[in-house]
Amino acid sequence: MQLALVHARYQLLEIIRIPVAVFGSAFFPAAAMIFFVVPFAGDDPVGATYATASMVTFSVMSANIFQYGVGVAEDRDQPWNPYTRTLPAGPAPRFAGRVLAGLALTYLSLIPVVVIGATLTAAQLTPAAFLLALGTVAVISVPFTLMGLAIGYSLPSKAAIVVAQVVFLPLAFGGGLLSAPGDAPGFIETIAPYLPTRGAAELMWASVGDYRVEPLALIMLGVWVVLLAALAAWAYRRDEGRRFS
Amino acid sequence: MTLARALQASRRYGDVLALDRVDLEVSAGELVGLLGPNGAGKSTLMNLLVGLRRPSSGRVELFGGDPRDPASRRQIGVTPQETGLPGTLRVGEVVDFVSAHYPDPVPRAELLDRFGLADLVRRQTGGLSGGQRRRLAVALAFVGRPRLVLLDEPTTGLDVAARHTLWDAIRAFHDDGGTVLLSSHYLEEVEALAHRVVVIGQGRVLADDTVDAVRGIVGVRRVSLIADHLPDLPGVVRTERVDGRLHLLTTDADELVRALVTAQTPFTDLEVRPTSLEEAFLAITSGDADQPTSTGQPAPAAAGGQPTTV
Repeated sequence: MQLALVHARYQLLEIIRIPVAVFGSAFFPAAAMIFFVVPFAGDDPVGATYATASMVTFSVMSANIFQYGVGVAEDRDQPWNPYTRTLPAGPAPRFAGRVLAGLALTYLSLIPVVVIGATLTAAQLTPAAFLLALGTVAVISVPFTLMGLAIGYSLPSKAAIVVAQVVFLPLAFGGGLLSAPGDAPGFIETIAPYLPTRGAAELMWASVGDYRVEPLALIMLGVWVVLLAALAAWAYRRDEGRRFS
Repeated sequence: MTLARALQASRRYGDVLALDRVDLEVSAGELVGLLGPNGAGKSTLMNLLVGLRRPSSGRVELFGGDPRDPASRRQIGVTPQETGLPGTLRVGEVVDFVSAHYPDPVPRAELLDRFGLADLVRRQTGGLSGGQRRRLAVALAFVGRPRLVLLDEPTTGLDVAARHTLWDAIRAFHDDGGTVLLSSHYLEEVEALAHRVVVIGQGRVLADDTVDAVRGIVGVRRVSLIADHLPDLPGVVRTERVDGRLHLLTTDADELVRALVTAQTPFTDLEVRPTSLEEAFLAITSGDADQPTSTGQPAPAAAGGQPTTV
């Protein structure tokens, strides 16, 4: 555990010494807030709260997919990574450290979205609901962390960047994150429950408002978690650092 | 006591057999040099021994256990490639990070002092010179008070002074009872440090002997000439005739040429070339030395023959 914190600390140090990297994962959801949520749903307290929760989900997803997908793949390219694997520690501390650092950065990247939601829209939240939402963020990070890890451990960094980018937009739109709950175009409503983004968004909506989650979306979220965990574990086991053939 | 061992270890990358049934034992207190040209399989063998890669077949052991088990690695020290240091971290932070993995690490100040890095604690590693980075990389191998250090080409790219500083540090560790396995493609480096040399070429162990014995073999020259008949010549370890040319591998080219001239043997087109390390070993180990072959194809290993520094 001690060692996990050491790993988390140095990973955060490495990231924070290049602040643009932190800025990147916070930018897109913040921009989406300003362009879509503020003008269209900004005046309606309920709509703005749900929309902000959607953007938080979006932010959690993009932060995790990119952080782990691209971060892990790039680390595997660095000779420092194999060196750390010669140190007398198993993969657990480094892995746990990475997850802790990832969670810290996810929360960091949510700050702009939450600040915009609180100041520029009519969104409102009780302190209790806010705490509940904070906890929910950690829960919904799980599927996207696993997805990022699966990408990062199975692909070289250049491919990982592309796959992360290709994956995250359809997941955001297809999961109905860019429309109010139950208000997305017809075909999206049909496919949304089968995407992990929807289950995650439903949990967020339920944490901030009077929203009843759809069981199908939650079941599918569970299926995704199991699937992505298996994929990530397989990719990790197979990995011996960078490979050449 | 055997600290590191490879038993018939092979490693394949796709179609390439990087390591071919290698046997190696490193006992406590030894300073073993792993010598071979680039691409010979030295790094692959190191990677197997430190648990970075699995052998495709055969076995590797570290302190009697599987190197992939973290507990087996508690008493080893490894050097990262100098280019692999995280550029944004400071020298002190890198040392602290590695220290955190060991129960009784060498204090930071003491370690940095020993490797002449004391003034650089606050510098980011990305801003260090190549030599400083290399020294830091080697220093990291000693953080955890290891019993065995594995150094993969520790002084490649260093100037002479920096190389000697590192050699001193490695010697000091060995004098205190430490065990060292170091790879190099410089014969000079292995001669300066090691007592025992393991020569690797094309994924196989070609020789495992004392430095003196290996130096004798590596000093082989190729003397080639056109002549019909040769007298008995001194120091010839192998003779072959290819397309009318005679190729003699000899440990003493000067003496051989002197003997040729003294015997007044008619010959033309004399050439003396150094053999590469690999060539010398393959030529000598692949079959009947001292047996003149009158016809016959050139052995594949003897076909190269570019002057190569070893």
